[in-house]
Amino acid sequence: MAVNVVEDWLNACSGCEISILNIGDPLVDLLPQLNFLHITPLIDHKLFGQLGEAAAMEVPESVVGIVSGGIRTEEQKHEVQEIRKKTKFLIALGTCACFGGVPAQANMWKNEDVFEKIFRQCPSTESSPNPEDPNVPKWTPACTAIDEVVKVDISIPGCPPHPDWIVDAVTALLEGKTSWSLPERSVCDTCPVIREKKSGGGPVKRWLQNMEFKPEEGLEKMRCINEQGYLCMGTVTLAGCAGKAGVPRCIQARTPCRGCFGPIRKGSQPLVDMLNALSSVGLDPKSILDRRAIMNRYVGGHGNLKPLPARPAR
Amino acid sequence: MGKVINIQPVTRIEGHSRVAITLDDAGNVVDTKVHVQNLRGFEKFCEGRPVEEMPRTVCHICGICPWAHHLAASKAADGCFGVTPPPAAVKLRRLMQNISYVSDKILNFYFLAAPDFVIGPDADYSVRNVVGILHAAPDIAKKVVHMRHLGAQMLEGFAGRAIHPTFSVPGGVSKPMTEDDRGKLLPSAQELLEFAKFSMNFAKENVFPKYMDAIKTLGVIKVGYLGTVRDDGALEFYDGKLRMMKPDGSYEDFAYDQYLEHIGEWVAPWSYQKFPYAKKWGKLDLSLENPVGVYRTNCLSRINVADKMATPLAQAELEEFRAAFGRPAHYTLLYHYARLIELLQAAETVVELLNDPEITSTNIRVPVTAKAGRGVGCVEAPRGTLIHDYECDNDGLITKVNLIVGTTHNNAAINLSVNQAAKESIKAGKYDQGILNRVEMAIRAYDP
Repeated sequence: MAVNVVEDWLNACSGCEISILNIGDPLVDLLPQLNFLHITPLIDHKLFGQLGEAAAMEVPESVVGIVSGGIRTEEQKHEVQEIRKKTKFLIALGTCACFGGVPAQANMWKNEDVFEKIFRQCPSTESSPNPEDPNVPKWTPACTAIDEVVKVDISIPGCPPHPDWIVDAVTALLEGKTSWSLPERSVCDTCPVIREKKSGGGPVKRWLQNMEFKPEEGLEKMRCINEQGYLCMGTVTLAGCAGKAGVPRCIQARTPCRGCFGPIRKGSQPLVDMLNALSSVGLDPKSILDRRAIMNRYVGGHGNLKPLPARPAR
Repeated sequence: MGKVINIQPVTRIEGHSRVAITLDDAGNVVDTKVHVQNLRGFEKFCEGRPVEEMPRTVCHICGICPWAHHLAASKAADGCFGVTPPPAAVKLRRLMQNISYVSDKILNFYFLAAPDFVIGPDADYSVRNVVGILHAAPDIAKKVVHMRHLGAQMLEGFAGRAIHPTFSVPGGVSKPMTEDDRGKLLPSAQELLEFAKFSMNFAKENVFPKYMDAIKTLGVIKVGYLGTVRDDGALEFYDGKLRMMKPDGSYEDFAYDQYLEHIGEWVAPWSYQKFPYAKKWGKLDLSLENPVGVYRTNCLSRINVADKMATPLAQAELEEFRAAFGRPAHYTLLYHYARLIELLQAAETVVELLNDPEITSTNIRVPVTAKAGRGVGCVEAPRGTLIHDYECDNDGLITKVNLIVGTTHNNAAINLSVNQAAKESIKAGKYDQGILNRVEMAIRAYDP
């Protein structure tokens, strides 16, 4: 028997939905077990009736609710509350749903400052009042994760989450399990680079040069990016970006991690932990430009990013 | 006032929108609006960020075309720091871009658009989707799932990430391609090219002839076009000059950094999405009978503005297309046809670049130092001309960002096509799910 599923995207980029498609060939076997009642990019189910005549939003009953994206508008807030009411298991899919994600960097400003820029200060835009119309949903006071509004049963972080974990979590539910979570490991725990617990010291270098490595050699022959003197957030970031096998994806591109899977465990302080990690290899963490925004790039919900009284921190 | 039909959400598209169709007491369409209901504020929250972090930040604008944003940002960052990437870096950027576009075009044609043509526009919504295709044509569906995923695997295998990449950096790219990498990618590239040929033939035999009436009527409007061409006039995704074409086919070319002289953006009180328009053509007018300033982007627009395609198989298809529909071709549903011609060019380009001896050069990044500057980085995103305009201070921290993204250019045209489709198909209060789906088909052609 196929299980009823409702999937919805809120303040999202659709990368999580593409990650569902990136399940690849196993998707063909998985799809018949899942009866998608609503998924905007794939199925023509409407929330205001198939003839567009309903007075209020109608979310179907489901066993599994999957929501990607954080909450940015009052309508999205209402939408996730309706899904919660009508589903047994709510999955927060992806880092925006789990932590606010990249768009929660807007929380560094007051809403009116963002609107001022978008509608009155862009050089190609005719300076105009903010769009205000019953058809344009109002912004919430901040961009939030969904667990700031409703109870979440399962979190699958990642920007995007790896398809392996989507299959794993959904399969767990299909097998009758009621919980699922990624193992508490750091990106460094899954990263094969050489670590000697020391660097050349001094200020943290800006990422204006490539890492030192021999292209024909594997990552196991490359020195740790922090120890090369650059900021890499693997130490404080939950592992899993490469799925069940494979090496961390940004490192594979020979580029530093920026924390897209969020913190290793709930309640940890990635910013503080990261500064300590840099100090421990002899680097001066105060030298990092724009560190508040960089280190909270994916986790600006939960009050982690707020407007500062003066200019943005450097 | 009679009533308002509220199609929400618009489905089998990539963004967040709803359509409101207002009927008068007699049940005829008096107004339509496409409301875009989300706004994230990238142009604001990128202020203060280091320029080198931009390519890996702004890719999050779109999870379907992250490579387009990634590369436009890289080009804008090159401009801010005043550097020119080495030729091999440009080739690697173009290679990744074209692989990602192959996946994107397969996604649009088969997952989003095909249910309307293979299952049928009036079929029940519960089967008019990719799962329905899986039942109706399992062999093709399995092949499609495999091929779309293959592109993602190629990107991940070499550049680490298919979605939200980090590979392109100011001054070049983060790593060179080895002979081993090239050897792994080439067979997959050949496989994609074969599938692109199959798709073109499949659509020409099984889809377009069957729907010629719909093509000639649904969402048809006559407006202008914008796209990128090389110096020799060939269609190009990564770099060239912009060409803005009037509805009559006459055109003007300009450099990317001149865009502010040609494009303005109007703000409607009823949508978060702005309405770009061709400034030199007069004040924006969204009337269906006499639109002013409206132009389109994305594939149909690109093949209209280009003198030719850049690769041989795609060029042969363009010649056949032009013989049937002329230049510029205005029928909205021809976006699907144009998309497949571009699929061929992208797949041919991938094979061509992988066979280029310079692709494995280790000279892939020039030295970069932070300094004040401005960079206008443009590429053709799958959904249209993508403009990233950055300014930064002496520390290389962003002070200003202006973005005009692919689908935004099409905002006015989408509104017009919806208006046309609704007026054509809803009369005297008569409509059903199939008719409302046809209104959405006018939107889906643009792949917003």
